[in-house]
Amino acid sequence: MAAKKVLLRFSSSLISKPIVYRLIKDFDLTFNILKATIRPDEEGEMVLEISGNGENYKKGIAFLKESGVEVLDTEKKITKDEERCYQCSACTGVCPSGAISIDRKTMWVSFDPEKCIVCELCVGTCPSRAMQVRIK
Amino acid sequence: MTEEMKVKKTYAEINAKIKKGEAVVVTAEEMIDIVDKEGAVGAAKKVDVVTTGTYGPMCSSGAFLNFGHCKPKMKVQKAWLNDVSAYAGLAAVDLYIGVTEIPEDDPANKVYPGKFLYGGGHVIEDLVAGKDVRMKALSYGTDCYPRRELESLINLEGLNECYLFNPRNAYQNYNCAVNLSTKMIYTYMGGLRPKAGNANYCSAGQLSPLLNDPYYRTIGVGTRIFIGGGVGYVVAPGTQHNPSVKRGENGVVRAPAGTIATYGDLRGMHTRYIKGISMQGYGTTLALGIGVPIPILNEEMAQATGVSDEQIVTQIVDYGVDYPQGIAKSYGEVNYKELKSGKIMIDGKEVKTASLSSYPMAVEIAETLKDWILKGDFLLGEPQDLLPSADSGVSFKPLKERM
Ligand code: SF4
Ligand code: SF4
Repeated sequence: MAAKKVLLRFSSSLISKPIVYRLIKDFDLTFNILKATIRPDEEGEMVLEISGNGENYKKGIAFLKESGVEVLDTEKKITKDEERCYQCSACTGVCPSGAISIDRKTMWVSFDPEKCIVCELCVGTCPSRAMQVRIK
Repeated sequence: MTEEMKVKKTYAEINAKIKKGEAVVVTAEEMIDIVDKEGAVGAAKKVDVVTTGTYGPMCSSGAFLNFGHCKPKMKVQKAWLNDVSAYAGLAAVDLYIGVTEIPEDDPANKVYPGKFLYGGGHVIEDLVAGKDVRMKALSYGTDCYPRRELESLINLEGLNECYLFNPRNAYQNYNCAVNLSTKMIYTYMGGLRPKAGNANYCSAGQLSPLLNDPYYRTIGVGTRIFIGGGVGYVVAPGTQHNPSVKRGENGVVRAPAGTIATYGDLRGMHTRYIKGISMQGYGTTLALGIGVPIPILNEEMAQATGVSDEQIVTQIVDYGVDYPQGIAKSYGEVNYKELKSGKIMIDGKEVKTASLSSYPMAVEIAETLKDWILKGDFLLGEPQDLLPSADSGVSFKPLKERM
């Protein structure tokens, strides 16, 4: 019964379909929605913490992929090179999970690897290449 | 200056106080409260110097270097530093390496958006770090300079001179960039999602040097500055210096305006304040820290340095269609307090903001410069010429293409 964090990205045509509902019903998985941004006509993004039996988890993920949902790899991890970071805040504009946060008073940017879902959006965005992908 | 000033100080008086360790120095952030509480005249009496800071991408930057003569001698015609082309159309062993130059074999945007992992800015960072850089050079050979090929490692210690000479730095204000087209774009202002999916800005706002001296009353040729962690100078108005843009009642420019050309010896710099960086899909550049001290010669300068984020506005500009097509259009004004809050409203829609310029590092630079001045290590450089101001008639001309 391991809980795994995944980021799902889906096109606007999938938004109206009951995909997440089927995860519960057909695969007996439970989940917490950590974050969801869905706007009409745009790509949707959802961060789920899924728990359930390992076999069902795999099948559930396979089902999502077949349905056209992009499921982001969680075998990798993101590290931050604090020496390279120059505290610009560019990464705060793309992080969907809350792993990168900013103190609005000092504008200080912090990274919490626990909350990272390895979507890798910050990696290309970071001008100093402080955010890096590593294999776990 | 039309009115007679109540407070009058000279550079010599302030420098004498700095030498005696008696000068009152505060950062531009600290000055806001002082002017608020004591008024401009009170603040001008109390404070001698206000320090500013900025740290962000500065594309119009590069370094001159002289690597010393080899035997037999060579007049270098083409040169590369870690495969990045350097300009050699100067005397025999002088080179200029620009920060946006990329290696000859870089895939650039062939795999879109390009990563641009290494370029001229990174070469300069490597030199500052004391690392060896591989130099390759070619020439046609002359009677006095017969050598035609050269390959050697070089580093900062072995070079004769190596200094930044930047045609345009420290922009006074900058656009807030959005993308109103329907596809994702990658710009020097970062990645911009379609239909105003995000907004990027790039200024230290209330700490930014030229925003604290809106009419360039004290910043000019010869102003001594913090640059890349070392000491340097303002050497000229920067390229595209445009003092004629619209201003608020407080004199602060409402769009990108003034710029400075700067000089600074790489020896004495630190990689904490000078870094090669990569803008995805755009290219390489340099993140550079600059700090300028502003002498409080009178109450006008006290008032100017008391400016806060709320009182500085900029324009929302579309980089999807307008900017590349040279269409000057604004989609509204926002102030830096709003930009720093993390979201702004555009056309009734909430849009997330992020900065490419570092506010925490701007604070650190202003604080460092303050410490240097308080210790008596850093004296003010009195400018020999000021930058062209709002009444100069200088403005920024587009190219008229002709054959
Ligand atoms: S990879 Fe980067 S952007 Fe994505 S969740 Fe982790 S920290 Fe945030
Ligand atoms: S984008 Fe990179 S340099 Fe800027 S705050 Fe994030 S990690 Fe630091």
